[in-house]
Amino acid sequence: MSRTRATLRVVLSLLAALAVVLGIVRGEPHTVLMKAINVCLECIGIG
Amino acid sequence: MSASSASASGRHRTAVQTVVSIGQNSWLGGFLRGRVWKGSSKAVCVPGLNCYSCPGAWGACPIGSLQAVFTRTANRISLYVAGLIALFGVLMGRLVCGWLCPFGLVQELLYRIHSRKVRIGPTRLRYLKYAVLAVLVIALPILLRNGAGVGSPWYCKLVCPAGTLEAALPLLALDASLRSAAGWLFVWKLLVLAGTMLTSVFVYRPFCRFVCPLGAIYGLFNRFSWVQLSCDKGTCISCGRCARVCRMGVDPSRDPTSPECIRCGDCVQVCPVDALRLGLPAPKRNGQPARD
Repeated sequence: MSRTRATLRVVLSLLAALAVVLGIVRGEPHTVLMKAINVCLECIGIG
Repeated sequence: MSASSASASGRHRTAVQTVVSIGQNSWLGGFLRGRVWKGSSKAVCVPGLNCYSCPGAWGACPIGSLQAVFTRTANRISLYVAGLIALFGVLMGRLVCGWLCPFGLVQELLYRIHSRKVRIGPTRLRYLKYAVLAVLVIALPILLRNGAGVGSPWYCKLVCPAGTLEAALPLLALDASLRSAAGWLFVWKLLVLAGTMLTSVFVYRPFCRFVCPLGAIYGLFNRFSWVQLSCDKGTCISCGRCARVCRMGVDPSRDPTSPECIRCGDCVQVCPVDALRLGLPAPKRNGQPARD
């Protein structure tokens, strides 16, 4: 069980890092940036 | 472990939570001018629930960012945001909730107000946060779209009390045009925030336990994260102190990797035989892991 968990831990870490890299390649940080640098009207109960 | 050292450990955690919460929201210009930070650091998500429309915020909220990408027509599933959340989760699990979340700190401070406390053990209400995640964070932003094909961040819009506290209240206090635009939705969110804060005085972290979608995600990583709470079954004397001290309704001696555990470390401090350990996986003894 512990070995399975250790393996999963490594696999999940690698998959997560890969997803971040692929997301950066797809330009997704720009979408996040555009949302985050403007006041989110929904967040403040107006939108 | 003595009561005084356990108390010192609690103070240490509060200090970490305070430094992280203030540090993440320390752009004073925003609070002075009623604006949000527009620098490139906003493209990076912070680990905890921290509204990116807080005037002092340097980073982005992971749940808000996840919905921001869901609501766009292209690239509906954000590999970047999902990957960042998974990275935080696989590194720390719900340690993020216990140590790095500003809204968790707010609830803990409210719980310190002298009052009669209500202890809630394991309850099915804990599954509510998974429903919030599935419906409000994922399904509705993807499925419900306007004529232009753009959806809404329904969790932020209808529920998030962190957004109301950290963003709505300071921005509306500073900006008359925003105040004039506030209507029934703002009143509703104010009621959600007031209800959450009032409940937090009597119940330990009610929002984290029953509602928070980010806690729901991190909880799924608790069994596999690098940082682990572990119990040495050979050393444990089953005295039950750890379960009694846990305010999240977990029995750490039986289920140290419970999705409900926020890795606050209170159980580690009260264990009389040092059977519990919080940290990276223990080194192996004689080819076998030292702890479960």
